[in-house]
Amino acid sequence: MTEQFSTPAAASRELIAFRIGEQEFCVDIMAVREIRGWTPATPLPRSPGFMKGVINLRGAVLPIIDLGVRFGLTTSEPTARHVIMVAHIGGRLVGLLVDAVSDIIQLRDEEVQPTPDVASDHVKAFVKGIFALDGRMISLIELDRILPETEAEAA
Amino acid sequence: MTDAVDPFEAIKVVFFQECDELLGDLETGLLAIQSGSADDETIHAVFRAVHSVKGGAGAFGLDDLVRFAHVFETLLDELRAGRRPCDEPTLNALLRAADVLADHVAAARGQGAPVEPARSAGLVAELEALTHGDVAPVAETVVETVAPLPVEADEFGFKPIAFDLSSLDAPAVAEPSGGWRIVLHPHAQMYAKANETGLLLRELARLGPVAVSLDTSALPDLAEMSPEDAYLSWTIELTGPVDEAAVREVFDFVEADCDLSVRPLDSVATPLPVAQTTPDLDIAALLARATADVPAQPEPAPVVAIPFPTPAPEPVPVAARVQATPTPAATPAPAQAPAAAPTPPAAVTIRVDLERVDRLINVVGELVIQQAMLAQRVTESGLARSSGISVGLEDLELLTREIQDSVMAIRAQPVKSVFQRMPRLVREVGEMTGKRVRLVTAGEDTEVDKTVVERLAEPITHMLRNAIDHGLESPDDRVAAGKPAEGTVKLVALHRSGRIVIEISDDGRGINRERVKGIAAAKGLIADDADLSDEEIDNLIFLPGFSTAETISDVSGRGVGMDVVKRSIQALGGRISIASNPGKGSTFTLSLPLTLAVLDGMVVAAAEQTLVAPLTAIVESLTPRVQDVHHVGGHDAVIRFRDEFVPLIDVALNMGFRDTPVPPSTGVAVVIETEAGFRAALLFDAIQGQRQVVIKSLETNYQQVEGVAAATILGDGRVALILDVDAIVATARRKTTRPELKLAS
Repeated sequence: MTEQFSTPAAASRELIAFRIGEQEFCVDIMAVREIRGWTPATPLPRSPGFMKGVINLRGAVLPIIDLGVRFGLTTSEPTARHVIMVAHIGGRLVGLLVDAVSDIIQLRDEEVQPTPDVASDHVKAFVKGIFALDGRMISLIELDRILPETEAEAA
Repeated sequence: MTDAVDPFEAIKVVFFQECDELLGDLETGLLAIQSGSADDETIHAVFRAVHSVKGGAGAFGLDDLVRFAHVFETLLDELRAGRRPCDEPTLNALLRAADVLADHVAAARGQGAPVEPARSAGLVAELEALTHGDVAPVAETVVETVAPLPVEADEFGFKPIAFDLSSLDAPAVAEPSGGWRIVLHPHAQMYAKANETGLLLRELARLGPVAVSLDTSALPDLAEMSPEDAYLSWTIELTGPVDEAAVREVFDFVEADCDLSVRPLDSVATPLPVAQTTPDLDIAALLARATADVPAQPEPAPVVAIPFPTPAPEPVPVAARVQATPTPAATPAPAQAPAAAPTPPAAVTIRVDLERVDRLINVVGELVIQQAMLAQRVTESGLARSSGISVGLEDLELLTREIQDSVMAIRAQPVKSVFQRMPRLVREVGEMTGKRVRLVTAGEDTEVDKTVVERLAEPITHMLRNAIDHGLESPDDRVAAGKPAEGTVKLVALHRSGRIVIEISDDGRGINRERVKGIAAAKGLIADDADLSDEEIDNLIFLPGFSTAETISDVSGRGVGMDVVKRSIQALGGRISIASNPGKGSTFTLSLPLTLAVLDGMVVAAAEQTLVAPLTAIVESLTPRVQDVHHVGGHDAVIRFRDEFVPLIDVALNMGFRDTPVPPSTGVAVVIETEAGFRAALLFDAIQGQRQVVIKSLETNYQQVEGVAAATILGDGRVALILDVDAIVATARRKTTRPELKLAS
């Protein structure tokens, strides 16, 4: 894999790409602990719309965030084909509901472009930058802003 | 991971753990003396505890602690030798000294502020005054001076007749004498702690020229000799201008385990008839008589003639090392020595990192869930009846239960650790309020989960304070009421039907119901003309905002009242109740679950969601009849429960699982009582049953959710939410604009 880059020492990292609707996003692979199929979640009362509820992950209570709703995109009901990425965010384990995991990619930091101004403020809150790969546009997600209370802090 | 810890630090940790135990022993012993239940051994045990703390502290260079412990120990030594009467002022000073010693230990440990020098010094002065008999009636001519290391007597009470210790005090210490005659008779424990007489002798030889002779008169025939016992004693004549303190310092770490007498050389009277035999001959004779297979005498020390330092024949009990049951610790660490006091049938225990136990408990919790899931799936698949699987599953279930119980038992701890802190509190509060209090405890060995034990201290502290401050009368009032001047507060723990019950009772004045009612009415907590039963009045003290103390005292009026106690108890899944008998006293009863890891809950369904309601909050459940449900204003329903109207809360609606209300008669109403004592009925669709659930925190990975106390995992593997009934009632009440419900409605 290093043959792609002349200088392997350059800051390159592995990312995991996933789809929500027609759009592609990615997060640092080191943050993702496992990927599992969708199982119905127990809804939490008085919770924001993107909070799907909680599921049992081998005895741990795992909150599930619907990333599509979180980003203000689609609102389709999850099916067995949907995927939960279990991610470490700020010392917590959180399940991220996405449509599908599409790829594992290598990326150097300099390839990332700043988020263009056309994106809404809402999306910009979570997107660290964008980059092109094989003609696709992929948005790099800042996981730390996914949880509701960290969003409040950032605001 | 513990391997990485600095060994010295590790020993220090052990020392502090032992300090806790020793301080506990100290307090227990002193209290036993106070209550008159002490025997001769008690004062020795107390002395040993302080001495061991001092010894360990010395090894770690904890000077403040050593200095204080030393003064403390000196006074205790006077007491155990019977030279001072153990009267009440002395005992009070000792108890306070025990508190300060505990503070010193805490400070040395880095837990808690350093002890105020004034407080420590004040007690030191007091202890010294008591030691030197300033207040003692016995007019002995004690001429001790306060040398850096004051005189200590070292007889340990095993042979009280051995020598007359009081004569020890007679010679003035200040003037250096021409020399000392030291008689040393080690006990078996001294060797068990890996101390060696030879080393002591060598130390002495450093102080000046010594002449050592060995006394073997106590040596029995080989056939009767126990290889682990100590029979030999030494008489050392040390010449030269040596300070007595310096001599005694040599024996500092062994003095508890030997008979030691240090007297000026010119002193005529030798209390111990030291047989000046020639031990070589004796041993030779003995050996001649000995048959080859008899174990050798452990201390075959021949006469050691000076000049030192010829290698001192070390009386290492070789045979004893091989055969000894109390294995002599090979570690030279003096910190360990005091604690290694021989307790022959020692309980076999290990210290385990709590984290490891917690991990085990978590895994077992998951095993239980997994087992339940497996059982359910097998049943669903219809396999269970058709094969041996059902038998296997049942066995698995039994085993799983057993594992869970055993694991929980690991965490179980006696409530002693909490109870032990209370005598000090009672003492302090008693002093502050000018009341005389005796604390009687029982059931200290009652076991409960560690997490519960930790959280018991605060409510118990608060309630004891209350019992003394509000419950007990002043000594004068008590005498006037025909009671003993000293009030009694009882603290009892016991197991009752799977829960731990803690009772705190006093023999004070009981609850003044008229006054309580008056205050509650004045504060608007009840209607002025409310007609309340005695029990209801007593329970008013648990209402938020109620405090009967007219003046906010330093003791119990810290802006918090019994409502706070009640809340903290209920947060633990417990209940609190009060029984009061005017003029005779009050009893508060706490009932708590044995563990915080599981909860007894009622599994209910609401709008296709499965929820768990904590059983402790539930009063009863009923099917609402149409004629009992009334509507107040728009949507707010109330239900008639007995002779009371209580708000009826549709939980599915309240939690947003459903948008439109269903007719109450189609569901089940569960009447609950909130922590504040308000009642409400929660409407669910159905009750599925009652079961014990493992509590899982939502906050670990998410955050607190209003109306939800925690989560659990049911047999089908789904997460179910445990309701926070108080929050649900609170949100329901917030939505309505109704004025606050009065208790007496």
